[in-house]
Amino acid sequence: MTQQTHTARAIPDRLQSPAARALRSWESILVAVAIAIFVTNSFTSPYFLNAWNLSDATFNFTEKAMIALAMALLIISGEIDLSVASIIALASTAMGLAMQAGADVPILVLVGIGAGLLCGAFNGFLVAGLGLPSIVVTIGTMSLFRGIAYIVLGDRAFTGYPPGFAYFGQGYVWWVFSFELVLFTVLAVIYWALLHRSSFGRAVYAIGNNATAAQFSGIRVARVKFILFLLTGLMSGIAAVCLTSRLGSTRPSIATGFELEVVTMVVLGGVNILGGSGSIPGIVLAALIIGMVTFGFGLLNVPGIVMSIFLGALLISVIALPRLFGKR
Amino acid sequence: MKPILSLRGISKSFPGVKALQNVQLDLYPGQVTALIGENGAGKSTTVKVLTGIYQPESGAITLDGQDVQFANAQAATDAGVTAIHQETVLFDELSVAENIWLGHAPRNRFGLIDRRAMRNGARDLLAGIGSTLDPDLRLGDLGIASKHLVAIARALSTDARVVVLDEPTAALSHKEIHELYDLVETLKTQGKAILFISHKFDEIFRIADRYTVFRDGQFVGEGLMHEIGETALVRMMVGRSVDQIFPTRTSKIGPPVLTVAGYDHPTEFADIRFTLHEGEILGFYGLVGAGRSEVMQALFGITTPSKGAVRIDDKVRVIRSTHDAIAAGIVYVPEDRGRQGAIRGLPIFQNITLPSLARVGRNGFLRMAEEFKLARDYTQRLDLRAASLDQELGLLSGGNQQKVVIAKWLATKPRVIILDEPTKGIDIGSKAAVHEFMAELAAEGLAVIMVSSEIPEVLGMSDRVIVMREGRIVDEVTGDAMTPERLVRAAAGIAEAA
Repeated sequence: MTQQTHTARAIPDRLQSPAARALRSWESILVAVAIAIFVTNSFTSPYFLNAWNLSDATFNFTEKAMIALAMALLIISGEIDLSVASIIALASTAMGLAMQAGADVPILVLVGIGAGLLCGAFNGFLVAGLGLPSIVVTIGTMSLFRGIAYIVLGDRAFTGYPPGFAYFGQGYVWWVFSFELVLFTVLAVIYWALLHRSSFGRAVYAIGNNATAAQFSGIRVARVKFILFLLTGLMSGIAAVCLTSRLGSTRPSIATGFELEVVTMVVLGGVNILGGSGSIPGIVLAALIIGMVTFGFGLLNVPGIVMSIFLGALLISVIALPRLFGKR
Repeated sequence: MKPILSLRGISKSFPGVKALQNVQLDLYPGQVTALIGENGAGKSTTVKVLTGIYQPESGAITLDGQDVQFANAQAATDAGVTAIHQETVLFDELSVAENIWLGHAPRNRFGLIDRRAMRNGARDLLAGIGSTLDPDLRLGDLGIASKHLVAIARALSTDARVVVLDEPTAALSHKEIHELYDLVETLKTQGKAILFISHKFDEIFRIADRYTVFRDGQFVGEGLMHEIGETALVRMMVGRSVDQIFPTRTSKIGPPVLTVAGYDHPTEFADIRFTLHEGEILGFYGLVGAGRSEVMQALFGITTPSKGAVRIDDKVRVIRSTHDAIAAGIVYVPEDRGRQGAIRGLPIFQNITLPSLARVGRNGFLRMAEEFKLARDYTQRLDLRAASLDQELGLLSGGNQQKVVIAKWLATKPRVIILDEPTKGIDIGSKAAVHEFMAELAAEGLAVIMVSSEIPEVLGMSDRVIVMREGRIVDEVTGDAMTPERLVRAAAGIAEAA
């Protein structure tokens, strides 16, 4: 008789160890790309393998990468924030106004971060509170926030930040390790824990995969989305502090085009632009890759436009490769 | 008679699963062949092989005695094989005619789309299946039954000779189902070979001429419908006889758990009041659209009623969100599993722990070992079939996905569990398992609400039945008064026979 037994079978937790899975992941492709670029750069320019030069190079990406950490979570949840560069402009303008009013360094930092949070809360209210599509809302606030900066500044610039303020964009914590790099590293660890080890992070993945089923599972979808917009606002505020400090001035055109570079970083880092998947290590690797390419090309005196072409091609090929080879 | 289409020795596997092993299937002109099997038996995979969506690893497909290979869906369509799925893949924003002709619209001599030919052709095709639907209507304005007609007309527009009907009646009302039966008869007289997939035995016995049975991806047997009985067919399907469909249980009904009073909604329901007790299974019967699901979703915090109060254990609970409902101990297994229940892209264990994250974590951080433990405990209780707990939920069969959704809710240790059409679209074996499990839950003191449109299920499982019609409770019956006639009359609003 072909009597089927229906006894409960034990289901294993995992078929693959986490290490085996990591080896076959997107991140391992990125590691390979990063190593290839590092080796190429080392051979093509004698100035590349120098601790101070490498340290300088990190300024190419640290501010954008900080925002990319928060943007990754937002995109995984199925939303996007294209207003981040404009938040920097507005936050930097707010800092300039505060400086003119005689604020000292701690107040300046608070003003920058506070302005970022306010902008994020505004985006979050429109998307999570009113249920508007984030791509439309943030294209709108992209013009709105930068427009306010232009109204305040016109063609002028705020200069003359106090000397102590320079530390955030120009200071070093220890040896070649700049404040920005250390801050980014700390933030990356925090975001890693938030996305991969916390229940908030799990909710982000659930919403990105199926927002309705997430709601039916007791996830407070609107609240999570609001917090995610607050986070991109916060990170934009922090980036505004660093960038303003590094440049020593505020112009309304500050950080123009950052939003697309941030999104590029996030997508290159393996985040599905439609939401649902992605990781923080991927973002860190993508930031390193973009930073090294920019720096290497700079050493070779390659024009900026060639650099853009290369990054564009890199983005498309890294996205296309897994599709071509049938992964994902 | 020779078959139009034959599958021989077809095998197809996915990571961790052999979906089909050496199966065979024959489809004859002018006859309906029912493909029968439990969830996970390989029915859907077979349909995908037939329609060119999957390519088998081995085996042969013969069409009119010629070996063929369907490299993609278009190749299968071109060869005259077409499928109508449970969830029709049509476009709401296009017209009926555009939907019918999409991808192969008639052209005029300039190579442009010939609108007039399209409209006339659509009208002819619809007339051929006994419909007078206007080809210019926007599809989104039609009901589900009309959409089905459009899907069928679309299938016929490609001169299909083999038509696959994949659970076509799952979303249809009683009347619409009968119209579909007539349609199948029409297709038969036109000499089409029809593959019919359904979990409903009455349907299969009504319209199928032949049957083919699969079990666990393997061919079990085939034959003529009139030579086999229901019991024998079930035995072939499950490999054991399911002699008793509903578990016998002695209910121990305890104190009231949930009290709903004066529940009103501006559009969906009015004056809903009932009490649910510990250890009780309360059935909600009614026609589709009677407002049963809407009441349940209000209890679960999806929609907000304008008036009324909910008490749990005699304490008033305000439920404004699903989060509130879960905190109050009310959980809901939705009817629309794919959209509302399962998160297919996430692993099984993450689906299960999603509403219990606060419990498996500490200070907002997750502890993986506890997550796996919780998932293991509840998947074992439900006898889940999966390769690993880390597997993506979407890779499981429908019945197993439903088990994960139920496991997810039990893991929250609820007071009240609401099951909305819990056995819809799942096979007899899984059905019996779900029923037994419901009985077990009630015996443990859980208060169970079961929304069901199947009378045998309502009568077989419930201690008490509430009947709803047009957003109101119209009848409440217990004990010997629970007869099929009484439920049907109340639901349809027919006065008691003198």
